Amino acid sequence: MSSPSMVNAPTLTADMAARNRRDARNDRLFAWLLAACGMIVLVTLVGAAGSTLWGGREAFAKFGWHFLVSTEWDPGTDTYGALVPIFGTVVTALIALVIAVPVSFGISLFLTEVAPNWLRSPVGSAIELLAGIPSIIYGMWGLFIFSPFMSAHVKPWLVNYMSTQPDDGKVAWIPAHVPFIGKVFTSQYPFGGGVLTAGIVLAIMVIPFISSVMREVFQTVPTRLKESAYALGSSTWEVVWDIVLPYTRSAVIGGVFLGLGRALGETMAVAFVLGNAFQLSASLLEPGSSIASAIANQFSEAVGLQKSALMALAFLLFVVTFIVLLIARLMLRRLASKEGR
Amino acid sequence: MFAKSRIAAIIAASLFSLAAQATDITGAGSSFVYPVLSKWSATYAEKTGNKLNYQSVGSGAGIAQIKEGTIDFGASDAPLKAEDLAQFGLGQFPVVVGGIVPVVNITGLTPGQLKLDGPTLAAIFMGKIVRWEDPAIAALNPGLKIPSGKITVVHRSDGSGTSFNFTNYLSKVSPEWAAQVKFGTAVDWPTGVGGKGNEGVSQYVRQIPGSIGYVEYAYAIKNKITWTQLKNAAGNFLQPDAKGFAAAAATADWKSSKDFNLIMTNAPGADAWPITATTWVIMYKKPKNAEHTKVAFDFFKWSLEQGQAQAASLDYVALPAPLVQQIEAYWASDFATK
Repeated sequence: MSSPSMVNAPTLTADMAARNRRDARNDRLFAWLLAACGMIVLVTLVGAAGSTLWGGREAFAKFGWHFLVSTEWDPGTDTYGALVPIFGTVVTALIALVIAVPVSFGISLFLTEVAPNWLRSPVGSAIELLAGIPSIIYGMWGLFIFSPFMSAHVKPWLVNYMSTQPDDGKVAWIPAHVPFIGKVFTSQYPFGGGVLTAGIVLAIMVIPFISSVMREVFQTVPTRLKESAYALGSSTWEVVWDIVLPYTRSAVIGGVFLGLGRALGETMAVAFVLGNAFQLSASLLEPGSSIASAIANQFSEAVGLQKSALMALAFLLFVVTFIVLLIARLMLRRLASKEGR
Repeated sequence: MFAKSRIAAIIAASLFSLAAQATDITGAGSSFVYPVLSKWSATYAEKTGNKLNYQSVGSGAGIAQIKEGTIDFGASDAPLKAEDLAQFGLGQFPVVVGGIVPVVNITGLTPGQLKLDGPTLAAIFMGKIVRWEDPAIAALNPGLKIPSGKITVVHRSDGSGTSFNFTNYLSKVSPEWAAQVKFGTAVDWPTGVGGKGNEGVSQYVRQIPGSIGYVEYAYAIKNKITWTQLKNAAGNFLQPDAKGFAAAAATADWKSSKDFNLIMTNAPGADAWPITATTWVIMYKKPKNAEHTKVAFDFFKWSLEQGQAQAASLDYVALPAPLVQQIEAYWASDFATK
């Protein structure tokens, strides 16, 4: 039973010194622990990239850089090229972003700026629930419901008005006058799946990710900034475009890349609706192939060089994702340097 | 001395297995054989208490795992080559037979109406015949009114035993296919769209008017997809059914194929369905785990001899009796456990 007043000065300093030492030691331990957590990410990434590269070494050694530009994928002759899956991966992910980013932007703006308070949290929870749906469900929906819808309603319209080879032979005004667009919408199969369908399914899958990030960051914009702008007579759109978006720009772009990462790597949903043909085609209505779906389709039965080529594909997915993120960073930097002009 | 200790060991082993009640054996591989294996193993477990744990991970993975010796048996939709078997000390035998049928989506046609033969089928899947009103198809179907239209080929996108047997058949009946596409669990399809699994192919065939694909017989029956007749090697048009699959298994030339290394597509029998497939079970000739291997052989012996009804209930066909005898002779001569 001692009170602080009874402790004399030398003991106090000794106590404090001991405590300081202990704190310093604990701080060091804590720093190491955090560093270890951080390292796990790096080790996992390097390990995954390294092991896919090692697994794909035979394919890389055999085909060299031809692997990147060849459109052939022939297990019969053991000749493999990655161009078709790479192209399909990038194009489906881009379609997904083109659709998902504006829609997510709209959703999150509605929820943070426009919607009445009682509606905000139910719709917000609904978005989070959507993010939790397994991709196989989207794949099934895409295969059983969305593909037939596309082939019955959307595709005939596109082929009729956008293609240079419509079924009735009468080329509409747009494909006749705009170069290249006719090629983008031709189709040799009356089939609802394909690159466009896969892109739309992917868009639906990534919207919850992008919009929940956007909603979170839009809520962080200080009310005082927005109200100042409103006080100066801005419309809602002006407040959003000139205050909310610049304030949250880097976080919004981060959210977009979260969605992009998911779209690039998505496997099952794409495997169900993409049509899985190793043919390079400019048309969005034709079946294609993506890196992840090619691996999912063929890995279990692959042997020898084919397995190695699939591992090489997996490594290339890392490379593609890395390049896309790099381009995004560069764009962000250019945006930042233009700021304030 | 040795004999005595061996007998003692056997008695001890049998006592032990009685005492321990159950031995769990593990296998992995082909998904084609998975439904019938799980049905067999359920009944077998009721009778003996020995459980079978089978992972349908795909033939390639099954072969890899048996080569590593991590499982008691592998199951593959394609037979292993003699060199591979010899190198790893493995043996293989077929266990059950199933059929693969072409399926179409043509307005107005009911199952079994359309007649096709091998060369025509190969030409369609090569993209040489692109419309249903093609004279080659009309010549096979005198009197049948086939609506004209574009043909869309639907194939499997995933590597599979179904594709292996289907492309093997096309290679046998079409020299052009054999030269350009070859056969395998996955090939470089000259035309068409790829569906994932039997369900993917059948769903695409249903959705695309004028399409043609191929699925396992059981799948076509259960889902009432329009299958076609095929002309077999003997020149007869056949409806796909269990009788045709059994005839293919019975007339295939097993006697002169070492280690049952024979793909029985295009079998010679008058009633033999041309695209009939089997799955091979692969085991070590010198068992790595004697007790497990013994149970595994007991399980397959029981399945081959008494599992016919259960196989039939799942639209598989049990192996014909002479083939079962040949397999049991093979066990006795080539495997160290019997």
